[in-house]
Amino acid sequence: MNEGFLQEQRTLEGDLNSKNSHQNSVDFLMNWFRKRSIFVLAYGTGCGAIEMPPTFTSRYDAERLGIRGAATPRQADVIIVSGYCSFKTLRRIIRTYEQMSNPKYVLALGSCTVNGGMYWDSYNTIKKLEEYIPVDMYVNGCMPRPESILEGFIALQHDIGEGKTSSWQKYEENYEFYRKNQEAVLGKKVEPSYDTDWYLYEGGL
Amino acid sequence: MILLDSLLMFITAYLVGFLYYGLYRNITARFQRRFGPPVWQSFFDSIKFFTKEESTSHGWMFYLGPIIMMSGAIMTLLFIPFFTHSEHFRGVSEYGNLFLVLYLLVLGPLGNALGVGTAGNPFGVMGVTRGLSRLFALEMPFYIAVIAIMSLSGSSDIATIAASQSTLNVVAYPLLFIAALFSFIGMMGQSPFDVVGAPVEVYSGPASEFSGKFLALLMSQSAIFTFAKLVLMVHLFLGGAEGFVELLGKTFALFLFVIMFGSIYGRFKTPQSIDFLLKIPTAIAVVGLILATWS
Repeated sequence: MNEGFLQEQRTLEGDLNSKNSHQNSVDFLMNWFRKRSIFVLAYGTGCGAIEMPPTFTSRYDAERLGIRGAATPRQADVIIVSGYCSFKTLRRIIRTYEQMSNPKYVLALGSCTVNGGMYWDSYNTIKKLEEYIPVDMYVNGCMPRPESILEGFIALQHDIGEGKTSSWQKYEENYEFYRKNQEAVLGKKVEPSYDTDWYLYEGGL
Repeated sequence: MILLDSLLMFITAYLVGFLYYGLYRNITARFQRRFGPPVWQSFFDSIKFFTKEESTSHGWMFYLGPIIMMSGAIMTLLFIPFFTHSEHFRGVSEYGNLFLVLYLLVLGPLGNALGVGTAGNPFGVMGVTRGLSRLFALEMPFYIAVIAIMSLSGSSDIATIAASQSTLNVVAYPLLFIAALFSFIGMMGQSPFDVVGAPVEVYSGPASEFSGKFLALLMSQSAIFTFAKLVLMVHLFLGGAEGFVELLGKTFALFLFVIMFGSIYGRFKTPQSIDFLLKIPTAIAVVGLILATWS
């Protein structure tokens, strides 16, 4: 490994090591382990998903910062909403988000999740993601390159380490607000049916 | 005394197991021309999962599955002495022998099958059926080799087998070692026999439905079980160990060989791996058995 690479590694990790004195030692330790180990749900929800494979494979290698993919929502800490989000995808995102176990975080990629981006007047995409699920970190750009995604992760890790981000609590406390917004675009039946034989019922075969 | 001894063995296996897993991820990363995670990354992961909440419930059997696996791993560990001649780090090995350890090796997969079967996650069930059908094929060459070693040393006590090797078993009976090594690669979940967890193919296989503390339990048991199996192989074929340096050196050499083998080869399909294990390693084991009894 060459010197320039190690330099970059030190710069990226340097941000992680700053301390916050407002936490007690148990919280500090728990947050330290949480920020050092981030399992990202390997789902692509929009066009930005194309930037994720290079982030996690050999070229940018997010695993050196403890960030790796998780196969199922049960095991994931972070869900990446990558870019524009149609109503149809939003149902799946909400269901997946609710399946993840606490503490969980949301990373939103691209301008479309901030204000709709180039889909600002589209009839079937949502404009502001944070009205439907709480967002911990935005990475803007169209599309953000893997470097930006890594920067976003570092910022998220920084927040986790200092105990600043607790969006899953926000979701639980303000559930009515989020539910109202979800129902406004998706109708009364927000999640896809949880029945295993969904194909026998409404909307199936 | 036994309690203290067992506790020390547990702590050692826990830390060394996670260290080996971290090294495994790091070395695989170098194979893929990556920098790789820190050496203790797997340990961090497991501690983080211990601090997470549960999100699933499928009845008590679902929770019992990982606990059965964990107890299987700890029992296997405690019935295998770490050193050949030492008074310490013997656990409860004087009350059991190799037959018991061979039985305990399959307790984990059975506990896994019970827990995952209750959850009914299709990927988990798929992983378990693959695992159990592969298990029968894995056992055949391994048992032939181990029973041959047992009868050649005239004892079923693991420390005695380790001590009785004037020339190492790997040199004296190379065919038996090769046959057992094929099974061992499968037991460690490495390619080409990694059909159970099969990343990408069946997501994380049997672990798909587990979250939070139970996933952490699964990770810990896998680290402990890995170290126990490595120590067992070192005792049976590599002449055991007298001290920590020798033990860690030999187990790590074996582990390094297994993960390098795994990094190079692709994955067999389930029928292919069963076919292969029942033909080639079994044949090698039988030939090795015949040659060994002849001489």
